Amino acid sequence: MEVIMASDLSVHISGANTVWVLLSAALVMFMTVPALGMFYGGLVKKKNVLNIMMQSFASLGIVSLIWVTFGYSLAFSPGELIPGVLGDFKWAMLSGIGPSDLSPYFISDASGRVPHLAFIIFQCMFAVITPAVISGAMAERMKFSSYVLFITLWTICVYLPITHMMWSTNGIFAKAGLADFAGGTVVEINSGFSALACALALGKRRNLRGGPPHDLTYTLAGAAMLWFGWFGFNAGSSLAADGLAAMAFLNTNMAAAAAAVVWATLDWIIHKKPTILGFATGGVAGLVVITPACGYVSIGGAIGLGVAAGLICYFMVVFVKNRLGYDDSLDAFGVHGIAGLIGIIGTGLLANPLITRGFAMNGGQGISGLLHGNGRLLGVQALAALVTMIVAFVGSTLLLQLVNRILGLRVKEKEEAIGLDATQHNERAYTVIE
Amino acid sequence: MKMIVAIIQPYRLDEVKDALYAIDVHLITVSEVLGHGRQKGVTEFYRGTKETGNLLRKIRIEIGVNEEFVEPTIEAIQKGARTGELGDGKIFVYDLNECVRIRTGERGTQAIG
Repeated sequence: MEVIMASDLSVHISGANTVWVLLSAALVMFMTVPALGMFYGGLVKKKNVLNIMMQSFASLGIVSLIWVTFGYSLAFSPGELIPGVLGDFKWAMLSGIGPSDLSPYFISDASGRVPHLAFIIFQCMFAVITPAVISGAMAERMKFSSYVLFITLWTICVYLPITHMMWSTNGIFAKAGLADFAGGTVVEINSGFSALACALALGKRRNLRGGPPHDLTYTLAGAAMLWFGWFGFNAGSSLAADGLAAMAFLNTNMAAAAAAVVWATLDWIIHKKPTILGFATGGVAGLVVITPACGYVSIGGAIGLGVAAGLICYFMVVFVKNRLGYDDSLDAFGVHGIAGLIGIIGTGLLANPLITRGFAMNGGQGISGLLHGNGRLLGVQALAALVTMIVAFVGSTLLLQLVNRILGLRVKEKEEAIGLDATQHNERAYTVIE
Repeated sequence: MKMIVAIIQPYRLDEVKDALYAIDVHLITVSEVLGHGRQKGVTEFYRGTKETGNLLRKIRIEIGVNEEFVEPTIEAIQKGARTGELGDGKIFVYDLNECVRIRTGERGTQAIG
C-alpha cells in the first residue's frame, strides 16, 4: 500500500470504491473464520479441532475490540508516540472520525476515495487474521488462557508498531518507499516468524506420531475459502474498484495456481503420488508470496513468484523442518514466513513500472524493481523484511516468556493426551454414538 | 489360546501400544467405543445447558495370543494404561476356540502370531 496524505477537498467518496472495500473487508473476515479455522482444524487430531477453530474466533473478537479502542490509532495515526514506529492516541475510539470523512489512505483517488471508516474496518480484518495465522504453530498444546493473553500483548507490542512502520503516513519504511501491497511484511513475515518463536518456545507436541490429519476435507474447504477471501485481501488493498485492483486480483489467482501445481508436481515426483494436501498447501504458499507483490508485478512476475514459493516452501516444510526438528505444527512459519519473505524480496526484483504507471505512486512514474533498473527498492524491501523478522521473532519470544511467567504456556501432559477440546473448553466436536 | 479384550482410556493408547511392541506383540485390533464404569459418565455444557451422564469415550483393544503370551500381554496393557485414577479400564480374558489365517488357511497356534 502506498501512503499519501492529501487535503484536496474536491475529492469525493466513491460509491463503487466503497462497495469494493467493504466487501473486501468481509472477505478478509471470512478468511479468518471459518476459512483459516477449517484449514487448520482439518489438520489436527479430532480431539483438538474445536480449540484450533476457537483460536481464530477469539482473535476476531479480541483484536477487533483492541483495533477500535486504540489499535487503529497507534497503527495509522499521523501523530507519533515514537517517530516512525508508533502512532498516538488521536483516533482512539475513532474519536473525531465521522461517516462523511474521506480515507486519508489511498493509492489513486482518480475515481474518488472510500470513507475513512471503510479503511478502518478493512485494516481491522488484517489485524484479526495475523494472530490467527500464528495459532498454527501452537496447535494441540497451548493453554487457551495463555493464547488469549499472548495475542492481546502481541497485537499491541508487535503488530501495531510493524504496521505503523510499514504502512502509516509517517512510518519509517512507508516514507522510504516500501512496496508492500497487501501485507508481505505486516501480515506474512510477521506471523511467520512469530510462529517460529512460538514453536520453539512451546516445544514439540507430546506425541508427534499420533496419526494423520483428522479431516482433510475440512482442510481443502478451508484452503478454497482462503483462496476466495484472498481476492479481498489483495485486490481490496487497492482501496478502489479500479484497474490496479483487477491486476492484483489476476496476479493473486495466477501465483496461487502456479504454486499449487508446483507443489503437487513435486509430491508426484518425490513421493510418487500427487497429494491433495500438497496442492492446497502450495496454493496457500502462492497466495502468501503474491500478497506484497500483487499490485506491482506483471502476470509473468506473479507466476514466477508462485513457482518460487512452491519450490522453496516445499523444501522448507518437507525437508528442512523435519531435519531441524522444531514443531511448527501446521507450517505457519514454513508457508507464511518463508513465502512472505520471497514475496517481499521478489517485489524488490520484479516490480514493473508499467503496472503502477498512472497511479499516484512515485509521482505517477510507476514503481520499478532491480530488474527494471532500480536497485534502491530492493534495499528498502530487504531492510523492511529484516526489521519485521527481528521484531516479530524477538518480540514474540519475550512476550511468550512473560506469558509463561504469568500463566504457563502448555497444558498439562495429561490434558494434552486427553485433548484440548475437552480440557480447555469442556466440549467435543463429534459424537460417536448419539 | 486366549482372547484378551481391554477397555482403556483413549489417551493411554500410545503407551499401551509401546508396551505391547516392547514384548513383541504387534497384532492388535483397536476400536473406539463408549461406556462408563463407576465414575458414571461426564458433565458437559452446551450453551449453558448441562448434559450429564454422557458416556465416556474408551478404546477397546482385542488381542488373540498363545498361552505363553497371556501374562506378558496383560502386564503390558496394565503398564501402559494404568494412571491410578478412576476410569483406567478393565482387561477381560476368554478362552479362544479357534483361529484361522485367511490367507494361508493355517489354524490354531500357528495362525495366531
